[in-house]
Amino acid sequence: MSLSTLSSQLSTAATASSAAAAAASPDSFLERAPLELRDWAVNLLPTPVQWLAHHLITIVCILAVFGLFFAFTTIAERKLLARLQNRLGPNRSGLPKLSILPWHFKHTLFGLSQPFADAIKAITKEDIVPAAADKLLHFLAPVIVVAFSLMTFAVLPFGRNIIPVELDAALLYFFAAGAATELAIFMAGWSSRNKYSLLAAMRALAQLISYELPLILSVVPIVLVTSTLSTKAIVLAQSGWTFGFLPHWFVFTPWGFAGFIIFLIAALAESNRSPFDLPEAESELVAGHLTEYSGFKYALFFMAEYFGLTALSGLGVTLFLGGWQAPLPFLEFIPSYLWFMGKLICMIVFFIWVRGTLLRLRIDQLTRLAWQFLVPLALLNIANAAFWVLTTQWSLPLQFVRWGVSAAIVVIPFIMMGRALSASYAPRSYRYAP
Amino acid sequence: MIPALFLIALLMLGSAAAAMLLRNLIHSALLLIVSWAGVAAFYLWAGAEFVAFAQILVYVGAISMVVLFAVLLTRQNQIIDTVIEPASRARAATAFTVAACVAAVFSAAILSTKFHPAAPEAPTASVKEIGLTLMNEHGGALLIVGLILTVALLGATILAATDRDEDQSQPSDAALPPKETP
Amino acid sequence: MLGSGIINGLIVTAKNFVGSYHDPKRMVTVEYPEQKTVLPENYRNFPFLITENATDPMGTLRCVACQICEKECPPQCIIIEKSKDKKPDANGKMQIYPAIFGIDTSVCMSCQICVEVCPFDAIKMDKVFEIAATNRFEGLFLTREQLAKPNSYYHEIHPVEAAEVDERLTAERKAAEEKAKAAAAAKAAAAAAKPAVPVTVAGGSLPGDRPGQMLGLQSANNSADPGLSRASATPPGPGSAPPATKTPTPEA
Repeated sequence: MSLSTLSSQLSTAATASSAAAAAASPDSFLERAPLELRDWAVNLLPTPVQWLAHHLITIVCILAVFGLFFAFTTIAERKLLARLQNRLGPNRSGLPKLSILPWHFKHTLFGLSQPFADAIKAITKEDIVPAAADKLLHFLAPVIVVAFSLMTFAVLPFGRNIIPVELDAALLYFFAAGAATELAIFMAGWSSRNKYSLLAAMRALAQLISYELPLILSVVPIVLVTSTLSTKAIVLAQSGWTFGFLPHWFVFTPWGFAGFIIFLIAALAESNRSPFDLPEAESELVAGHLTEYSGFKYALFFMAEYFGLTALSGLGVTLFLGGWQAPLPFLEFIPSYLWFMGKLICMIVFFIWVRGTLLRLRIDQLTRLAWQFLVPLALLNIANAAFWVLTTQWSLPLQFVRWGVSAAIVVIPFIMMGRALSASYAPRSYRYAP
Repeated sequence: MIPALFLIALLMLGSAAAAMLLRNLIHSALLLIVSWAGVAAFYLWAGAEFVAFAQILVYVGAISMVVLFAVLLTRQNQIIDTVIEPASRARAATAFTVAACVAAVFSAAILSTKFHPAAPEAPTASVKEIGLTLMNEHGGALLIVGLILTVALLGATILAATDRDEDQSQPSDAALPPKETP
Repeated sequence: MLGSGIINGLIVTAKNFVGSYHDPKRMVTVEYPEQKTVLPENYRNFPFLITENATDPMGTLRCVACQICEKECPPQCIIIEKSKDKKPDANGKMQIYPAIFGIDTSVCMSCQICVEVCPFDAIKMDKVFEIAATNRFEGLFLTREQLAKPNSYYHEIHPVEAAEVDERLTAERKAAEEKAKAAAAAKAAAAAAKPAVPVTVAGGSLPGDRPGQMLGLQSANNSADPGLSRASATPPGPGSAPPATKTPTPEA
């Protein structure tokens, strides 16, 4: 797709109101349904408050959808982790016995009501604030972390016409909003007046600064190729199929694939998940910066962590996996937002899989991985993307050369750096294990 | 829109003033970050989205970390409320004189400048236009900035890479000899 | 190549994930209230009292209220009060019986000393562990009625040990019988006109042992236990034949 058509599409999408765009586009009923429902609800209200209702509905939808998504991510994570370790996972919590009802429908629901039991437990627990803590910062930290991690959802295109805020500099906004979470982690660690909390906060800062760089550098090739920062335009740039079945997702190009891998690793580290969960390494730092938090504040941190993970996964889907686009043309009848959620779930399942497999890194290994491996590779990948942009006009036989060169730019340094980095690690032999 | 500007200005100046006055260094640093966020809010108010987000990303995200690290790593005693010695009268007088001089220079510069009336419509620059401007007109400056940052990055990487050889006491996997199977 | 270890690890966990759905051997979890592991035969905690006849548990207690266990119990959780009168025991001999026999399971530490000191094989170790109660005073204090369990139950939980005990008791009874016979023969020789009085022997459980008659903490668990109903379905032989011959060996 040429850039002129892209920009014209963008401008039409930006100028036309969402309702008009939905009505004008040849989308199916299911595709339009959420927007039409929203417009119907907004039109019930008097004109002066319509803009407010419009935004409030968007906010409430994000909160409700991703709140529930968070709840079911926790139970899915526990169950999947259990299965990866040959356990059963939580399968006990069922329907509660309501004393006002004369009957009790007994079913364990496969333990799916576990997150709600957890929520009730978190809310009813005592909120303990250490006597020596900085009360204000101790209170502000969970608030800030949840607020900013929720703000990142604003620029993700969840569907063909479903994007909460259409920004020209959406990618920059995403990373700017994400940057505040590390500040909150520091506040939590410092205000607790606890050695473990402070140590964990320092670890978290070191980690987040280290991995912010490869994360952003892995995104730069996308910006270079699409020459836009708008998430919507990036998704549109990935539309179409070669030969009718090969989607034009960026993950299927050499530079996109390398960028996706770097993005995955950096996203794991940014969301403080295993194997990069050093800031809250249970076996080393009690519970990290959460040591002095209890009850609902702890739950808020937990929630923010999952929101951050979901938002980063959503960004990965948007940038590399074609956003809300269907993988094959004949599957386009499925609404775009379902495709987005499906890809999002796949990403999160992959993250859970990685968590169930890999061990926690040491802090020196963690920073070394970022600075000696990911950052150089990401920089090379930017050069790779520049080569890709410069060779767009090459003819068909030269296209094979283009792919080969681009793949070589990624693969050869990877193998060489891998050799160099693992050269000092001799093959291990274990005395007591086979 | 003007009240919003005043609110933002109040936030910026108030947090900056509080950052100066507070005895708690961490609180000061955090308030400084709030002040930077206020600058970003001001850019947003002025319609410069790109600069605003860049400001948040760079200042609130990155520079704040440097400041906090510096505060935490340089403080010697563990007392949170560090008592700063009351400055002598001479020092305070010097400070006021310098501040007055700076203010005089600034105000002279501002008063002597002829402001052109603003265009009726603020120019809306898309991110792409900003990028093209940066790359064409200010390409040289961008290259110099990029060079300096790359040198800094490489220096940091080299520093991080070489400390392993010096620090042999640290138990690292590379330092351990491979065990032999019995 | 760098990263191949990670991929291998991911494959291992993926195999775990898939295998956990179709390979029951991988899953080691026992879902406790519904499924239970079989306790080893030598598992033992909390004593109980043995009765000879399940239909009349209070009348056929082996315990003669000698109070040795009460005195030996280190945490002093046994309380015994002797009866004023005497009742015939299972052997027909007149004996004192415990009017009150209580064990405070909140104090008992399952040390088995009471079992070792009992000269009558009247108290044995049980196999229960689900003794949670809503009241820590009455709920955990087991009375005579709750403690009394038939000998067939003892054979269920500790077959080898119970067989040994029954063998010994039968041998003792036989010896006593022979002694009585000899005495009777001597008596008969002395006074040839009078016939000897036979001694009634009721070793082991009699037909009619039913789990429903076990009281207290046992009743909830064991009413569904198929072992006991099997025991009641195949009663031991009549007369003085010991039930040990009928009970299965632990290997079976």
